[in-house]
Amino acid sequence: MTFSGFKVVKEALTGYRGWGPLWRNPTPKPAYDVVIVGGGGHGLATAYYLAKRYNLRNVAVLEKGWIGSGNAGRNTTIIRSNYLLPGNQPFYELSMQLWENLEQETNFNSMVSQRGIINLFHSDGQRDAYRRRGNAMMISGAGARLLGPGELREMVPFLNFDNARFPIKGGLMQERAGTARHDGVVWGYARGADKLGVDIIQNCEVTGFRIEDGKMLGVETSRGYIGAGKVGVSVAGSSGRVMAYANRRLPIESHALQAFVSEGLKPVVPGVITFGAGHFYISQSDKGGLVFGGDIDGYNSYAQRGGLPVIEDVLEGGMALMPMIGRARLLRAWGGLVDMSMDGSPIIDRTDIDGLYFNGAWNYGGFKATPAAGLTFAHLLATDTPHDTATAFRFDRFNRGYVIDEKGVGAQPNLH
Amino acid sequence: MLIPHPLLGLRDAQEFTYLGDAALMNRPDPDAPGAEAAFCDYVFLRDNPAGVHRELWYHEQGDRSWLVVTRNTLTHEILGAELASDVKAGAAQ
Repeated sequence: MTFSGFKVVKEALTGYRGWGPLWRNPTPKPAYDVVIVGGGGHGLATAYYLAKRYNLRNVAVLEKGWIGSGNAGRNTTIIRSNYLLPGNQPFYELSMQLWENLEQETNFNSMVSQRGIINLFHSDGQRDAYRRRGNAMMISGAGARLLGPGELREMVPFLNFDNARFPIKGGLMQERAGTARHDGVVWGYARGADKLGVDIIQNCEVTGFRIEDGKMLGVETSRGYIGAGKVGVSVAGSSGRVMAYANRRLPIESHALQAFVSEGLKPVVPGVITFGAGHFYISQSDKGGLVFGGDIDGYNSYAQRGGLPVIEDVLEGGMALMPMIGRARLLRAWGGLVDMSMDGSPIIDRTDIDGLYFNGAWNYGGFKATPAAGLTFAHLLATDTPHDTATAFRFDRFNRGYVIDEKGVGAQPNLH
Repeated sequence: MLIPHPLLGLRDAQEFTYLGDAALMNRPDPDAPGAEAAFCDYVFLRDNPAGVHRELWYHEQGDRSWLVVTRNTLTHEILGAELASDVKAGAAQ
């Protein structure tokens, strides 16, 4: 089944009887060439690119719940490539380019909307830092534009420009950034992978690994043992739990990150806006809800929920940035689990166990990385060599002293 | 979240700053053989358990004491709190 305008019209005229399920629900085979653990955006994208670009089709994706029910369904849907450091920025720019072509690639409406992101600055020092970041973005081809207060006032007049403590002096804009529909991304990759022969196995929790003489043989699951030539773990948020089955410690702490949505409002926020003087960012969904978030809760957690102090802190940031938000009612707040790493950057690498590969440590930023993480992890699984844009995301960067610390706060995960 | 401070009773977790796993108290010996690898593990690797976790909290807006808090990371239930100095003295005995 291919989606097209013609198909939509035809179905509308014939009572929608032609729409079928987008993927199969197969029973697991005894063994696969590659088993991906984790049916989130990253795992499904990995399976899709394995089948599409590397022609590996005897692949299974194992998901303990239903696909997209972890962080893929809990994020704030922002896509951007506005990083500073050489190890990061080319990777996120690759991701941005894949986002731009995602709907053609998967023939699925992922609602990629390049409505732009503006990072506000509030002091001369911060302007200099953002100018430097903008230069790094332009070198990578991502594009960047420095906005003065005049231009900004026209674009987003509702901000509190004259805040006595943190006046808004301007912003750094990436016009190609924006938002995407998180479920659409998951479903698009799932449908694409399934069509190429990948088995997506839901409600199948991995409960252990079978490893002999340092070689991965397969995975124990709630639906029995499944043999595997290679196993790719792609379970950010639960990385600690899953890698503990292989007795491996990681440079990661698991933390809870909350997100929020207001009642539906008429269009008011044109793109994504981030507050430079506190941790607060906001966009508006196509349904009209203001979608916003801020800091992690700050202590190790596997609870998928956060506490009230951070909610208060985020809303205070919102009130400082755009006081009119006080007139909107908060509709929902939820939490997800994030892998906070020791330098704030991800890991896509082989492990010291033959046949066990790892993709994780995405900190707050896994969603925007979905296409590139899938492509580069697939490249690693298929070829045993890191993809050109992901060579910096190695486990050994910590003991070699090549950390990628965008924020420069050191090995303190809750500060990244 | 309320932390049962051994001297001050129940205190709001917001008065504290979180550092991380209490294993950070066991700094490796820099003069021992293999110290470089031991320090890499010490600085960068964590157990990160889903369940009972012993962790360091600093009572920054209180009496400036370091506590070792035992907490369940799956439920956020706090199972106990001790002064880090007592834990250190106990370990030294």
